Amino acid sequence: MSEILSFNHITFSYTPENAEARKAVQDVSFSVNQGEWIAIVGHNGSGKSTMAKLMCGLLFPEQGEVRIKRDVLTEENLWEIRSQIGMVFQNPDNQFVGATVQDDVAFSLENNGVPYEEMVIRVKEALEQVKMEGFINHEPHHLSGGQKQRVAIAGALAMYPQILILDEATSMLDPQGREEVLKTVQALREKIGLTVLSITHDLEEALLADRVIFMNDGKKYAEGTPAEIFALGDQLVDFGLDLPFATKMTKLLQAQGVQLVGQHMTEEELVNDLWTSNFNK
Amino acid sequence: MDIKLQQVSYAYSKGTPFEKYALHDVELSIASGTYEAIIGHTGSGKSTILQHFNGLLKPSSGTVHIGDRVVEAGKKAKELKPIRQKVGIVFQFPEHQLFEETVLKDIMFGPMNFGVSEKDAEKRARELITLVGLPDNILEKSPFDLSGGQMRRVAIAGVLAMEPEVIVLDEPTAGLDPRGQKEIMDLFYTLHKEKGLTTILVTHSMEDAARYADRIAIMHEGKCVLTGEPRALFADSATLAKYRLEPPRVVRFQHKVEQMIGKKLSKVCLIEEELAEELGQAIREGRAEQ
Repeated sequence: MSEILSFNHITFSYTPENAEARKAVQDVSFSVNQGEWIAIVGHNGSGKSTMAKLMCGLLFPEQGEVRIKRDVLTEENLWEIRSQIGMVFQNPDNQFVGATVQDDVAFSLENNGVPYEEMVIRVKEALEQVKMEGFINHEPHHLSGGQKQRVAIAGALAMYPQILILDEATSMLDPQGREEVLKTVQALREKIGLTVLSITHDLEEALLADRVIFMNDGKKYAEGTPAEIFALGDQLVDFGLDLPFATKMTKLLQAQGVQLVGQHMTEEELVNDLWTSNFNK
Repeated sequence: MDIKLQQVSYAYSKGTPFEKYALHDVELSIASGTYEAIIGHTGSGKSTILQHFNGLLKPSSGTVHIGDRVVEAGKKAKELKPIRQKVGIVFQFPEHQLFEETVLKDIMFGPMNFGVSEKDAEKRARELITLVGLPDNILEKSPFDLSGGQMRRVAIAGVLAMEPEVIVLDEPTAGLDPRGQKEIMDLFYTLHKEKGLTTILVTHSMEDAARYADRIAIMHEGKCVLTGEPRALFADSATLAKYRLEPPRVVRFQHKVEQMIGKKLSKVCLIEEELAEELGQAIREGRAEQ
């Protein structure tokens, strides 16, 4: 597997003139391989969104370097590198520019001077990938939250990005909308091998990742598979996060004297354990 | 303060070719002191109904009773000011409304607009800042130097400073991390209990509705289609599905367990702690029988 993105000892401060002030991101290193799904979790103010901005050159680090496919991100190659990264933000209403769904998806293509004929093909293709092809002439503002975010993803996909960054992209959606978006992202990953970085404090979303980076106060506190991260248990709660539903339920049941073998991350595991340890005797 | 909506309909851009009804004949009564959750799919009319609770929107037809005041379609609404003082709305992302130079001035702005003296408004602000869980030295800072979570708390203090009797919450925890969400929801619940407020929570979190509300109203396609107590309402997955809603996660999990063990627990559990207790009980009883 080849590396597609890396942070090498990145430090960033919003107030560099004040040496005393806490750094938004402090000495953070990690690397992401092509096709991986990485979740970055952490409390509000832990540095997650700053990291997203550093990845696409909206901010530049004070120390350290960001590499995209081995190239160090600089002011010079910024535009070329940005074209490989798609980003979807938290509030779907804040990122629409087009009057119709297809105009919106075409916006970045137009900006990049893609010829009309090719644009038509790419817009159609991108909307098909997020299953919104039936809405090309709809007004974005009249869509549901989940649909809006899928259109936003299509807008990013039309640029053929290698990396998709989701910055709290599901946090304002209702449960169905969230599921729609996550299913779409999962499918895209399998189909086109997209690398996904999701910044989230939804622990259920983090469970879908291959690896989780756990941020606390601007520093990388831990990194590992979802199972390794959720094994940290109460430390997650102490740092402002929560446990996945099944893990929390397991602990509550054990406190009630119910026999269970180990920690569980999914409901299926927990239901099966409940059955074999307590009922099927 | 009781709130009652009678046959309320509301159309956006009424009288234009873009006229679009967002509410149809809504009937809803919320008794004083109730914690009421309003749930519904995106576009079901939740946000439109919310703006009727303090006269921000006037019904296109029908009547809204807010305490002893009446807002009626077709009539010029008089004296809406007292209503707006008594019904405080915490909008989604309330921190976008902060504007003053200091946190103190921002919290004092609302009450002073309603004729409260500077001295009393300041006294309220000083009390409230602690209540919303912030250190009091924050009062002298600019609200724009605070973190998102702190700004949210300042904005909430600003609504509380009006000393409302009814507090309307529109997705008050959107964008906060899990600890922030829990702290804010617990804060409103404590206020609800201690001050005897009427609390109306507009949310798409079935979990919050289950944990905090006494009663729930379901909105669907601009109508209020169902009201009831959380336990009864969340027991009926089939009806919820008709309105494109799902029971809270803990209830869905309970269904899975019940299916596996082939029997029903004695009640539908609304929160995780309750289900753990209920299951523990069932397992102990099972063991005793053997």
